[in-house]
This record gives sequence, C-alpha cells and structure tokens, in this order.
Amino acid sequence: MLDAYDITVSLGRTQILHGLGFRAQAGQLSAIVGPNGSGKTTLLRAITGDVPFGGSVTLNDADTRALKPWDLAAIRGVLPQSAVLAFPFTVIEVVRLGLQKGLSAAETDISMAALERVSLAHYADRFFQELSGGEQQRVHLARVLAQVWQPVQDGVPHWLLLDEPVASLDIANQLEVMEIARGYANAGGGVVAVMHDLNLTAMFADHVAILSGGRCLAAGHPKQVMTDAILSKAYGCKLQVNTPPHTDTTFVLPHTAQRV
Amino acid sequence: MAADIASQGTSSRTVSRRPANRLRRARFAHLVLGLLLICVSVISLTVGATDITLTDALGKIMRGEPLSRMERVVLLDIRLPRLAMGLCVGAALAVSGAVMQGLFRNPLADPGLVGVGAGAGLGAIGAIVLGSFLPVAFIDTFGNQLIPIAAFFGGWITTLLLYRVSTRNGRTSVATMLLAGIALAALAGALSGILVYMADDRQLRDLTFWGLGSLAGASWAKVTAAAPIILLSILAASFLGRGLNGLALGEATAAHIGHSVQRLKNGSILLVAAATGAAVAVSGGIGFIGIVVPHLLRLATGPDHRTLLINAALLGATLLVAADMIARVIIAPAELPIGIITAVLGAPVFLWILLRRRDLVDM
Repeated sequence: MLDAYDITVSLGRTQILHGLGFRAQAGQLSAIVGPNGSGKTTLLRAITGDVPFGGSVTLNDADTRALKPWDLAAIRGVLPQSAVLAFPFTVIEVVRLGLQKGLSAAETDISMAALERVSLAHYADRFFQELSGGEQQRVHLARVLAQVWQPVQDGVPHWLLLDEPVASLDIANQLEVMEIARGYANAGGGVVAVMHDLNLTAMFADHVAILSGGRCLAAGHPKQVMTDAILSKAYGCKLQVNTPPHTDTTFVLPHTAQRV
Repeated sequence: MAADIASQGTSSRTVSRRPANRLRRARFAHLVLGLLLICVSVISLTVGATDITLTDALGKIMRGEPLSRMERVVLLDIRLPRLAMGLCVGAALAVSGAVMQGLFRNPLADPGLVGVGAGAGLGAIGAIVLGSFLPVAFIDTFGNQLIPIAAFFGGWITTLLLYRVSTRNGRTSVATMLLAGIALAALAGALSGILVYMADDRQLRDLTFWGLGSLAGASWAKVTAAAPIILLSILAASFLGRGLNGLALGEATAAHIGHSVQRLKNGSILLVAAATGAAVAVSGGIGFIGIVVPHLLRLATGPDHRTLLINAALLGATLLVAADMIARVIIAPAELPIGIITAVLGAPVFLWILLRRRDLVDM
C-alpha cells in the first residue's frame, strides 16, 4: 500500500498542499485528477521525494524518507512529466539507464522487452534525440518499466508513479500506455497516475482522488466520485457526466461543459 | 509468482535482433588506446634535443654495459619525469573535463568553466609575483614547490567558495553553480590582472610561460607531488560512471533510478578540484584537452561514462605526451609552451566537430 498522510508542501511562501491525504492499493490503478494548480503533480513529487514535505509517505509500510535511493528505486519507478536527456544516448541505452546492476544478457532482454511493450523496439539503435516528443515519452516509460519489471517480486508489490503519462501522446498511444498501466495493476503492481483526461481516468482507474486548491475533494471509485456535483465544484465549471447505453464506463464530454 | 507484464497485451512490432553494442566497442577502445599510449610514451622517450635513442640505451642495459652519465641524466632525470608528468596531467585534464561535463549535463563544460582553473591560476600568479615578499626561511623550505602549492590551494579554495554559494539545504543547484563559477573566474581573473601589473620583467616572462602551460619544469619532485592526487582522482572517477550516466536524465530522475545524487555531486566536485588543481599546479593552464578528448570519445564510442572516463584518461595522457613531443622538437633546441600546441591542434578539431555534428553537439 502507498499511504500519503497529512501532506503539506510549500513552495516559497505559497502553500500548495494543505494537509492532504492519499491512499493507493497495490493491484489497482489509482488516478489523481484536478484542475491546473490543484496540486496533483506536487502531491506526486512529495510521494517521490522530489520536494520537501510535511507529513509522511509510506510505501509498502516503509517510510520513504528512511529508505536509501537504491532501495526505493528497486520498488518504484517514476515517469516524470517531461524528461531531459543530455548526451547522444541511443534508445536502448536510455532504457538500460533504468537498470540497477551491470549489463548482463538477461538485462538486455528486459530492456528490449520493455521497448517492445511500448512498441518501439524497432527504434532501439536510433538516437533518443531523433525521436518525436511522444516517442521519447514512451521510451522513458520503457525505462521505468525496465526498472520495476516485475509487478510483484517475492510477494512485495512494485509501483509505477506516472506524472501525466499520456500528455503528449496521440489517442492510440494514450490507450496503449493506459493498457500497460492497467496490465501492471492487474498483475499485482501498484500504479499511481496524475491524469488530465477524465474520460481515460473513468475508463481505466480503480480509484480516483479529485484535488482542488491543494486539498482532496473526494476519493473513491470513479463511479462514486466522478459525479456532476463534485467535478463541477473541482473544475469551477458545469460538467455533465454521462453513461452511454450498453456500456459500463462514464464519460465527460467537453461540449457539455459550461463555464459557471 | 508474479506475472511478467511482457506477457500481457500484445506488441504490434516485435524485433528479435540485438541492438548494436556500443559498450563493447568502448571496451575494445581501452585496449587500442592503451597500446597507443605505450607507443607514444616510448617514442617520446627517444625524441628530444639530445640525440639519444632508446634502442641504444636499451641495448646497453641488455648487454650489461653501464649507461653514460649523459644518457642517465637525459633519460632518467629529464625525459622520464617529463613523460610521467605529461601522462598524469593529460589524464587529469581529460577525466576532469569528462566528469564536469557529466555533472553539468553539458558537453561544453570544463573545469575552467567553474573557476577551478582561474582560481589555481590566481594562486600561481600570486606565488610568482608575491613570492619574493615571503620570509627567506619559507622560500628556502618550499623553493620550487611554491607555485604548485599556491595553484593547488587557489583551485581548491575557489571550489569550496563555489560550493558554498551554490549549495543550500544540502542541495547543489547546477545553474547557480555555473553562474557563480563565471563570477568567481572573473574575480580571480581581475585579481590576477592586478598582480600582473605589479610584476617586474622577469616575473612577466615566468607568468607568460606558466599561463600557456608547459611540462618543461618537470621533475621527480613535482611528479611525486601531483601523481598520487591525480591517480587517486582517476581511480575515484571510475566509480562515478554509472551515476553520471543517470545524471544525464536530470537530477530528479537520477534519484528516481537509485542514485544518491548529492553524494555523486560532492564526489564529482572534489575529484575535479583535486585533479585539475594538481594538474594546473605542475603544468600551468593547458587548454582543450578537457573538452576535446571526451568529445572525440563520445562521437567514437558513445556517451556511456563507465567506459568514457577510462578512455578519456588514456587518450588525454596520449594526446598531451604527443603534444609535448611536438613542443620539444618543432623549434629545437628551444621549445614552445605546450598550451600553444594543444590550442592550435585542439581548437580546429573542436570547431570541426561543431560543424560536422551540430545536431549531436546541441544535445
């Protein structure tokens, strides 16, 4: 389980998160949604330890601040919103950077399998910088997958922490990435994703936390918390949640939105 | 057992071939560069103002004949310490450059950039100009070592100041460090300028020679002072390769994939200060090795620091010894400052790289 308890984060004099709580279970895909500036990414950065925070974050019952970087890296991979890369590494070399130990044949296999998983194995020998933004993002996802390749190892769940994993992708690749995340959760791993797209969230998430103004407005199964009232309040505009006939998912259409 | 996620879903495009392994090529380069280093070193021992060939000397040793006094002095007291110093300084400059570039994630970064070179320079210039004001007993004790010691401390103090300015709450900001480095280099340059104004004619000549860099002052005393620091630094650098690779992804991601980023930065900074300080102290300001060598190697064998740092040490040492050979023979019996040779050879190569591979240099 991932448990973020009473999280406060201040950047400069501005308090971004006000004693926020967030829980995610292994075996589930948990989404964090909310309007711009609501603190979604800051919450994820507190969970990954990138910003100083008050409160506590425990991952598999261990305080993340007490764990060494390499111990944390063994149980959770982090996909940043945008990742930089200095120097002309090839695609496969970038994926290998996520691996902890020396380069054995088995690890090369994991790197290639991770690249195949994001459908980019044919680019293995290309220079990373030659790829488009969306392809680069998928290479980084492959790197993160290679880092925590087994969703569960020796009974211990591993975690994918994804910051807007589909932000720069076309619709087919958005689906592919969400399916990868879904598959990781189905296999027993934990997935936490900061999401902008409410429809993909409704389609794929088991659990969603809706943030607004640095606080958690509601958390629970998408069907329970993604309601007209809660979403309208969170985003500050009138939104309508629909369920198409003969389907199980809900969706929020942009053209039904009206500014309050 | 945990399911392997590769088995879930399907991949539309699957390839079975293995990607080209640049790591293997880079490891092969260890061997090639090592052999090249040995060849250049042997040639360098036989070349000089005095006509002594190594085969003659080796032949005498094999036959059990004693070397002449002249041969002993030239080979053992002049050429051998000079070779040893060239190897150490070249390796130190190239490895420092590679580490600094990895730390700043910028292929054009160089120890000169963060003020280590300028600080060491200020120390050396201070020693040359103000040395005569020191108590006689002090000069008697330290003698020729005064300039190297002052340069070493100049570089070291600059690095500590730089570190102090750019580190807050245990985190070093690379951007602040670059800017602070520029400011400190400017300050050291200005102070050096004041000292140059104060210098007399003889001191000015010393300053010019030191500023361009030279291995002419090589002695076993200098080698034994600088070599242990440089060799330890290179040994330490060989443990940083994996971390510097991770740092290419940015500090946050480097931490996410398991690197202790603050420790990595501390180690890199100390190592660069020690190696550059020691190198500048004994040889003056020798440019371009720190930028050109890692660049050439990245183009040839890729940017993987696990092999890059070792190859940089080998190629840096080889190039500096070769440059020194040219400096010694081109206007024999006089000799050019080696910094002129490295700049004349290095700058065009550097420009050529920029023109040819602009796409890669931009990265």
